[in-house]
This record gives sequence, structure tokens and C-alpha cells, in this order.
Amino acid sequence: MEKKTVLYDCHTALNARIVPFAGFLMPVQYTDILEEHMAVREKAGLFDVSHMGEIMLEGEDAVKNLNHLLTNDYTVMKTGKVRYSPMCYENGGVVDDLLVYKMGETKYLIVVNASNKDKDYEWMKQNVSGNVTLKDISDEVAQVALQGPLSDRVMEKLTDLDTLPKKYYSFKENVDVGGICCLVSQTGYTGEFGYEIYCPAEKGVQLWNMLMEAGKDVGLLPCGLGARDTLRLEAAMPLYGHEMDETITPLETGLGFAVKMDKEEFIGKKAMEEKGEPEITRVGLKVTGRGIIREHMDVLKDGKLIGHTTSGTFLPYLKGAYAMALIDKSFAETGTPLTVLVRGRETACEVTELPFYKRGE
Amino acid sequence: MKTPAELKYTATHEWVKEDNGTYLMGITDYAQDQLGSLVYINLPMEGDAMTAGEAFCDVESVKAVSDIMAPLSGTVTEVNGELEDAPQKLNEDPYGAWICRFEAEGEEEGLLSAEEYAALCEKEAK
Repeated sequence: MEKKTVLYDCHTALNARIVPFAGFLMPVQYTDILEEHMAVREKAGLFDVSHMGEIMLEGEDAVKNLNHLLTNDYTVMKTGKVRYSPMCYENGGVVDDLLVYKMGETKYLIVVNASNKDKDYEWMKQNVSGNVTLKDISDEVAQVALQGPLSDRVMEKLTDLDTLPKKYYSFKENVDVGGICCLVSQTGYTGEFGYEIYCPAEKGVQLWNMLMEAGKDVGLLPCGLGARDTLRLEAAMPLYGHEMDETITPLETGLGFAVKMDKEEFIGKKAMEEKGEPEITRVGLKVTGRGIIREHMDVLKDGKLIGHTTSGTFLPYLKGAYAMALIDKSFAETGTPLTVLVRGRETACEVTELPFYKRGE
Repeated sequence: MKTPAELKYTATHEWVKEDNGTYLMGITDYAQDQLGSLVYINLPMEGDAMTAGEAFCDVESVKAVSDIMAPLSGTVTEVNGELEDAPQKLNEDPYGAWICRFEAEGEEEGLLSAEEYAALCEKEAK
């Protein structure tokens, strides 16, 4: 039996098409994926992301535990900042990728993928030590993402813009958004300017409705998981279960920036050291022939298998077919012509730089 | 959902129109609505053989690829090449955006009337 987020009735009232995802009944689209995608690129879009998991880590040994559990380094970090990290198994494979919010010297909020939340929480519990507590607060929190260049025009109707986080990957607590006390971070999964807003679950519907109303005259659209996926792919943001999983190390999927091998110790470090320099890497592919390439398709060079696609579709803003792929790194140079096997036929494509889309370009 | 009375239909959501001894075919309004915005069509080729009820071309939305089934057995005689660069026409005008013209082999078999098809869609939508 799938769970519903607190916003479920808002979605059905908007005639969303509902699908099961990560144990929740979620809106995949309200009107049209292309339209919703373009709203985020050009105006603003509102997403229900209440299915995401939230875990509190608190205690004197919090930093020590973060540095043990996660590949990124949390030793030097200011309160009010957000930092991305993969979390790995001993073998270097990825348990999940997540965001850590530093709320105080001994208090951290960890935001994880909905599909991995229970697994993550168990893994963390097994691997923390010392003076620290873990608490899964997912059911107490509603989360929405307001994304798009006009996000501030929506927010200014509900809050004093001076109270919002000014830098990417920073956040503010106790922000009054239309009378609701929220945590607001300048983060997102679309490659666009915007905010992720957390509030008590019981205030979620009120927050959603206020944002929808405030966004009316700037063209804000409610956006489903369909657009969320095309937006993150256009921005080349990796997704667990696609660009990474328990068989792939973060180094192999191009997340080396968040793996601090110079840290004294973290789970998975030893395995990654033993594996040495990765033989595969994550690349972007642009279709130069005809057709659309999707996930789990073979990538060939002169008929020889060199890897597979991890995500791919038609990208609405760029108006073309693109994919990300994990391939033998000797073929990863930009411009390299490759083919992808689409239902038995080879589709021509070439290696192209990531991200496909970058804000302001 | 439109189901023009003069057309015939398949249970797999294609429409067929007899036109001077040959047939035009495309996908129905219900089909395009269910599939969402179409971004690519892999058209058949002139001369392709079609077997009733079997896939002979496909359309793709952002989310998925979907087969289009042959409404009758026969041979493709003409393809609507306009759709190649404008697959969105299948969404905008499903009964105007024909995919191909074909010559049928033998008798018309197993097609649904507009009324029967509309009833089927209603059932599926529940």
C-alpha cells in the first residue's frame, strides 16, 4: 500500500496523473511534462517533494560521524550551509546521495531520497558511534520546491525577501512564509534558481495553496515527477538508481568533487583506494542521428560495447534527445562519435559536455 | 474525448478511415491524451508489410516509447512525412494527422465502431 504525502488531495484537485513512486502516490504530471518543464526554465514551477526523507543527526560527535558515514568533508562548514555527499558501503558502492544542512555545531539535517530512506536510516544507525542521536522526522515534515527564474516574485508576496538565503546551497531557519514558520534553502534539482521549503506536515496544504495563489500572475505551474526528471537530466544532475547504485563508486560516476580521499577515513575509502583510478566515467551523449535514447541501452564504439546509458530522453528546453552514460573513459572525449543500440538499431550520437543546460547560458 | 462516427477503431487505440479503396490510419484522441506530448515518431516505410494487431511503428513521449499496431493486415503505400519533424501534430489533431496510407489484404476484420470504441475507452478510463 503506497503512502500519500500531505499534499495528495491538492494534486487530485488539480487533476494530476498519479503514479506510485518510491512507496508514495505522487503526481507525475498535471497538464503536460513539456509545459511544466518550460515553466521552470522560464517562469516558475512548484513541486511536492514531501516524499523525500529527513533525518536529524545531533550530538557532540555529529561531525565525526558525518565524516565517517559520508565521502565529503564536514570538518570545515558554516552553520546555515548545505553540502552534498554520496554515502557509500565498505565496497565503495553508493548507499544513497544526500544533502546535509548544518543547523548548529552539533545539529545537522540530512535530506535523502525517498526510495532509500529506510535503508539509509538503518545504515546510519548501524554505523554511528559515540555521543550522537539519529531521528527519522520524515513524517513530520512537508517539503515543496519552488523553482524557476521568477521564484522571488512568488516569494515576495508571502515573505520579506531579505529573510531568504542569498547564496546557492545555503539556508535560513524560522522564515515566515505567509505566516508559516519554514526552513528555506536555496537548493533544487532542476538546474534553475529557486528554493526548497520545509514546514511542519500539518501546514503543508496551506503552504502549497498560498504559493500556488502567489504564483498565479507570474505563470507558476504545479509540476510533477515527469518534469522533475527531465529538468534534472537537462542539468545533468545524477539520480540514485540511474547514474549510481550499490555497484558503482562515486568516483566512477563523476562525483569525485564530493569524495575527499585526503580525509583520514570514511566508509568505502579503502575499497576506492584499492580499485585505483576508475576505468569508467559519466558522460553526456547527444543524438546526432534520429530517435530517442533512454536508460539501460548499450553504448557502442565501432560495434564494440563500451558502456551503457543511465538516463535519457527528449529534453524539452534544448529540444533534442540526450542521455547520460557510464562508459569506458578512453572514449569520453567531447565530440567522440558513438552509437547507442535502440531496440536493435544503432542510433548515432556524440559525447557532449555536461551539464547539457546551464542557467544563464 | 472525440471519436468521429465515420471512422473505425481498434482496441489498441488506432483509427482507420477508408478512402477510395485504400485506408488511412492514425492514433485516437484517447491515445494521444494518455501518451502525453509526443516528441518523436518512428514512421514506417513505404512497402512495409503490416500484420493486424502487430506493432509496425512507434511513437515516443518524454516518458516512454509506445508501439502502434496495424489495424489490418496489408502494405504501407504512403507515409505522412510531415510528422517526422512535427510529431506534436498527433496531439494537436489526432484525426487529421494520419500516419500512413495502406492497402488492406482481404476483408475488414475485428474493427470497432465509434460507439463500441467510445464504450471501451470509458471502461479503460475507470
